[in-house]
Amino acid sequence: MAMGEMFAHKHIIGTQQLSKDDIELILKTAESFKEINQREIKKVPTLRGKTIVNLFYENSTRTRTSFELAGKRMSADTINISASSSSVTKGETLEDTAKNIEAMDADVIIMRHSCSGAPDYLAQRLTTCSVINAGDGFHEHPSQALLDLMTIKEHKGKIDGLTVAIIGDIARSRVARSDLYALKTMGATVRLAGPATMIPPGLEELGAEVYTDINEAIKDVDVVMMLRIQLEREGGNKLMPTLREYAQFFALNTENMKLAKPDAIVMHPGPLNRGVEISSYVADGEQNVILEQVENGVAVRMALLYLLAGGSEEK
Amino acid sequence: MKILIKNGRVIDPSQDLDANMDLLIEHGCIAKLAENIDPNGIEDVIDADGLVVTPGLVDIHVHLRDPGQEYKEDILTGTKAAAAGGFTSVACMPNTVPVNDNKAITGYIINKARYEGSANVFPICSITKGQKGESLVEMGDLKLAGCVGFSDDGLNVECGDVLRRAMEYANAFGMPIIAHAEDEAIKSGGVMNEGRVATELGLLGNPWVAEASTIARDLMLAELTGARLHVCHISTRRSLELIRNAKERGVKVTCEVTPHHFTLTEEAVRGYNVNAKMGPPLRSADDVAAMKEGLADGTIDAIATDHAPHHIDDKNVEFNVAANGLIGLETSLPLTLRLVEEKILSINEAISCLSDKAAKALNIPRGTLKIGEPGDVAIIDPEYEWTVDVTASYSKARNTPFDDWEMKGAAMMTLRDGRITFERD
Repeated sequence: MAMGEMFAHKHIIGTQQLSKDDIELILKTAESFKEINQREIKKVPTLRGKTIVNLFYENSTRTRTSFELAGKRMSADTINISASSSSVTKGETLEDTAKNIEAMDADVIIMRHSCSGAPDYLAQRLTTCSVINAGDGFHEHPSQALLDLMTIKEHKGKIDGLTVAIIGDIARSRVARSDLYALKTMGATVRLAGPATMIPPGLEELGAEVYTDINEAIKDVDVVMMLRIQLEREGGNKLMPTLREYAQFFALNTENMKLAKPDAIVMHPGPLNRGVEISSYVADGEQNVILEQVENGVAVRMALLYLLAGGSEEK
Repeated sequence: MKILIKNGRVIDPSQDLDANMDLLIEHGCIAKLAENIDPNGIEDVIDADGLVVTPGLVDIHVHLRDPGQEYKEDILTGTKAAAAGGFTSVACMPNTVPVNDNKAITGYIINKARYEGSANVFPICSITKGQKGESLVEMGDLKLAGCVGFSDDGLNVECGDVLRRAMEYANAFGMPIIAHAEDEAIKSGGVMNEGRVATELGLLGNPWVAEASTIARDLMLAELTGARLHVCHISTRRSLELIRNAKERGVKVTCEVTPHHFTLTEEAVRGYNVNAKMGPPLRSADDVAAMKEGLADGTIDAIATDHAPHHIDDKNVEFNVAANGLIGLETSLPLTLRLVEEKILSINEAISCLSDKAAKALNIPRGTLKIGEPGDVAIIDPEYEWTVDVTASYSKARNTPFDDWEMKGAAMMTLRDGRITFERD
């Protein structure tokens, strides 16, 4: 493949900056990599000699493992740095940490950070290294959105013209934002729903339809995407009275799932809070594609690494 | 010792003066304002032909960081930046380390400014000891020490009863209470204005109501107590409306706006620009329009910078944890003159917001060219075109969102007590 030259980005900070062509290229590339993951020997030499650093300032199992596998399956050297085991605890600045990693000639830094804008901050300061945002605060989580799109496309054959409901704490969800931008760019209608305390202002201006009644939000949609509710939100910070009440009014269950189109799919970025935002009957039901999302995550991340670090030698 | 400033257009709003005339300073004080003063025998004659001669500008809201945070700014560098911006007097906020809640620190600031600084410094002391919002400072003693008002700036006085008692007590000493109005609970950790941009950037929003609701409380407490209230850095349309309404009802209130709040909107935060992070946050375009309306109709009394110098280490971090504030002393005048260009203010009104009206808000005996007053003068070229180069700032700090901006208008010379404190090359 010589598609590396066609990809105009040095960093992947958010889906807001990705065009339709960019997303199509990423998805097409991911589809071709998916086959590798199904082989007996799941390894190609594509990124041999490249160094990829997972710099994680927030806990993550799924995303970090997924990026690590993506790198390893393309023969890159991948290492993981987590905030608890690095100089971060000694008070080093983010810039210094990142520049030290860059000085060791890393090709890509994949970063998760609790502060919105942290990957943007790195991208502005690093000179050679590419940055992939693996989730920053409440801002963006682009690789999650791209794997969501890949999964939707596999099931629906297209994205254009579909209606997707995303339900949960929209205000504090980087997944919701990345999915909104990517889905809108690809021509889908996006409904965002949750308790009014979890709906930030300005979503309509960003192209979303906003609901506070989950039944209305789900009606006749092609895709229902549930967001993880952080259990520590209960009571303490005024966003919802109890998890019990949240489950009563905002969880996806077999009853309200009937409001969606009969062939609608159920998605969740994980990890699941069974019995809170999603009932196990739906999470494990026939319409769920949750593990396919996880599988596609590796392929999408291989595609992103390839497009940033692979391709032509001159790059 | 005499200095004669000849051929300038003298604008002194404190005495409704706008005329081409000469200004004589003698023994450090304004001695004579007249046409064609004879320069014979006067050693220093300054030709101000084509320039505007005004009272030395007054900025009633700055942070000098001295004592305690001299790595950010000190009284020498802060007052030098003031002089370069045409200012001869500044009022400095008490959030030093330790807090200026006692006469030892107040005296230190006044004396250091008097003997080593490039501008007069009028200290504002905290309302409560240590700015903890609990017990009142020794207001009478601090007045004697030279303090001009009380503020817990940077922090709201959360307890309404503490603020009420502070107003009652300060008022009896003829001293204003200066409010930083921001409800911490409603602010709820917000780091920029609540709205579409915050939603896009994934940053927690600080809504207008955090400011306006507290201003409403403070205005009513001022009404109840009859105290003099000055509201710092208003930034929202509702804040303006509340103050306008209170003034109509006779509440003794004044207020200020910063140049950044009438120039920039929340859009400036995009890209996680830490130099556009401040408290109160940059607001919507409608709020910016309201600030201009408030200046035009006189609801807003003063333009004040909230000059907030920070070291690069305090700013070069993730947006959420970056320090609030920007430096403003050297860009205040040209940003204010843009309002003249936009026909929102006359040049006389603009100068008034930066001199006599600002001084009056805190009873500072400056901002005038009346005979016998201190020889504090700014000589301004409103047409002088220049580009902001933050590396050339006289401040120790470099935090400004206006770097590289094309500006029109600057102080060409600044004099305090008849001595030149700044002269542009």
